[in-house]
Amino acid sequence: MANIRDQCSWVHMHEHEAATEKAKDLVRMAVAKARVIEPLKRVSLGVTSRGLVIGGGLAGITAALALAKQGFEVDLVEKNNELGGFLRKIHYTLENDDTEEYLKTMIDNVYSNELIKVFLNAKVEHVSGYVGNFKTTVSINSGSDVRRELEHGIIIVATGGEEYQPTEYLYGKDSRVLTHPELENRIMMGPTPKFGNVVMIQCVGSRNNEHPYCSRMCCGEAVKNSLKIKEKDPMANVYVLYRDMRTYGLMEEHYRRAREAGVIFIRYEEESKPKVAQTKSKGKNGLQVSVFEPTIQEDIIIDADLVVLSAAIVPSQENEKLAKMLKVPLNEDGFFLEAHAKLRPVDFATEGIFVCGMAHSPKPIRESISQAKAAVSRACTLLTKDTIEAEGIIATVNPGRCTACELCMLVCAYNAIEIEETKRGKTAKVNSALCKGCGACAATCRCSAIDVKGFTDDQINSIIVALR
Amino acid sequence: MKNVEKGWEPRILAFLCNWCSYAGADLTGISRIQYPPNVRIVRVPCSGRVNPYYIIKALQCGWDGVLVSGCHPGDCHYISGNLVARRRFAVLKDLLEYVGIEPARVNFSWVSAAEGGKFASVVTEVVNEVKALGPAKRLVKVRIEWKNLKNR
Ligand code: FES
Repeated sequence: MANIRDQCSWVHMHEHEAATEKAKDLVRMAVAKARVIEPLKRVSLGVTSRGLVIGGGLAGITAALALAKQGFEVDLVEKNNELGGFLRKIHYTLENDDTEEYLKTMIDNVYSNELIKVFLNAKVEHVSGYVGNFKTTVSINSGSDVRRELEHGIIIVATGGEEYQPTEYLYGKDSRVLTHPELENRIMMGPTPKFGNVVMIQCVGSRNNEHPYCSRMCCGEAVKNSLKIKEKDPMANVYVLYRDMRTYGLMEEHYRRAREAGVIFIRYEEESKPKVAQTKSKGKNGLQVSVFEPTIQEDIIIDADLVVLSAAIVPSQENEKLAKMLKVPLNEDGFFLEAHAKLRPVDFATEGIFVCGMAHSPKPIRESISQAKAAVSRACTLLTKDTIEAEGIIATVNPGRCTACELCMLVCAYNAIEIEETKRGKTAKVNSALCKGCGACAATCRCSAIDVKGFTDDQINSIIVALR
Repeated sequence: MKNVEKGWEPRILAFLCNWCSYAGADLTGISRIQYPPNVRIVRVPCSGRVNPYYIIKALQCGWDGVLVSGCHPGDCHYISGNLVARRRFAVLKDLLEYVGIEPARVNFSWVSAAEGGKFASVVTEVVNEVKALGPAKRLVKVRIEWKNLKNR
């Protein structure tokens, strides 16, 4: 392929002539290779029609149930001692769905479904194999450590995200400073208290140098909880200090509702963050929030009874380890990176592995559910097959040239090469089921006895000399 | 720069591994980040696939600089291909220096699939460095035709 769009026209948008010449060169180079390509032989491999879902939060549960609904057996691996993940901390949605009830039903369905096997307190320790034939070692810590080998054809990564633990705004130092899940707990605990003055602060730990991304659900959460407070205690005053209200899509409707209900939205700028301070007057310990309002160019001071922080969603700490095991990438923020944002939004570049939920990026409940279902439908395109064609890109040895020096064996990460005794002496031999086609052996071979199908010396050479 | 024909632009050949750097270069495009049009990209499965011979061959053919880019250490799709590559290129670089090739002509870098911006800056840097060195002279057997850059 001559990659003209991503690697030429879009990166040289203002240099038309040079870009056109480059495009021609890229075509020349591609043609040079095409002249010497040969058909790749693909071996067909069996498919283990069983799925592995890593992570038992909302996305993982949804994925496991959806896979089971398609008739496939599923192993669901959860690191904690119960299913539910982040959703356990949420009790209702903007649309007033009862998430507790929803989650409970989902979890019951998981446990009563005989196609789904749940492993709690379980961690993925090792992953080997390839699309259609993965082998995963899971260690289960229930008193004693047990190890289990699971075999499956696909993997769905649904390890979720975590809540940032704020260090700012007196969080942890003053019991009147809460995060949204903590506020929700308090609201649900009933009987409803008098809330008084509630100040919510947005973008706590998001959209800064450490976490440059938007956590995407906090604006909705703040609107949701301010409406809830107004519903329970109409006399309460709710102030939302925000940088940009990002109640995107249909959430905008609820933002409007909140304004109608009298919630006061005050903008602040990143450079002048609100300040929260403890005060003391007439023997009473107060809590004061001051915020610089950019339109009126003045500080607004609010005596608060409660300060609620919209803490960022941060990637799970285990992402890095898991990403290495699965050989899939993380993005700069530490979340799992899909193969292509538009064309393959739930696939990884590595075949047979998919991603959904907050493992991929912070997102509201509904988006996690649809993404989990998308991952399952992609996974089913593999699981429904009896056999799949393996990559034809593998190394081959020309025994006539091989001197059995064993250098290739040293660099092969898959132990795919052995030295074989033949009638005409020793020679290296590649096990085509194990070989992944990286080419380390071929580039190491002193005699050019090994080549990689699809990326042969001849083909790469033709590209190098194509523009002579 | 002496003895450089007017409007001379360096020609760089880049070997990018399929899983990280090539995808990173695609992301550069998707993000519309701009870099100099002096680079021609060759996709290889892994930086470990790059035979030192390819680099020498490229210099012989008149490419003024070579870039090999793979996944970050530890992130290679094939476990350790990039580490094999790193060892191999350390030796190659010494050899090339010994025969008189300026070290800045042959570059190695790690660019992940998420680092579209980094890819653009690596390319820009390599182009600038090679530009400062002028056209390659050593080892060159044939100069490649590069029409566009001749009369710019
Ligand atoms: S696959 Fe990128 S360096 Fe090996």
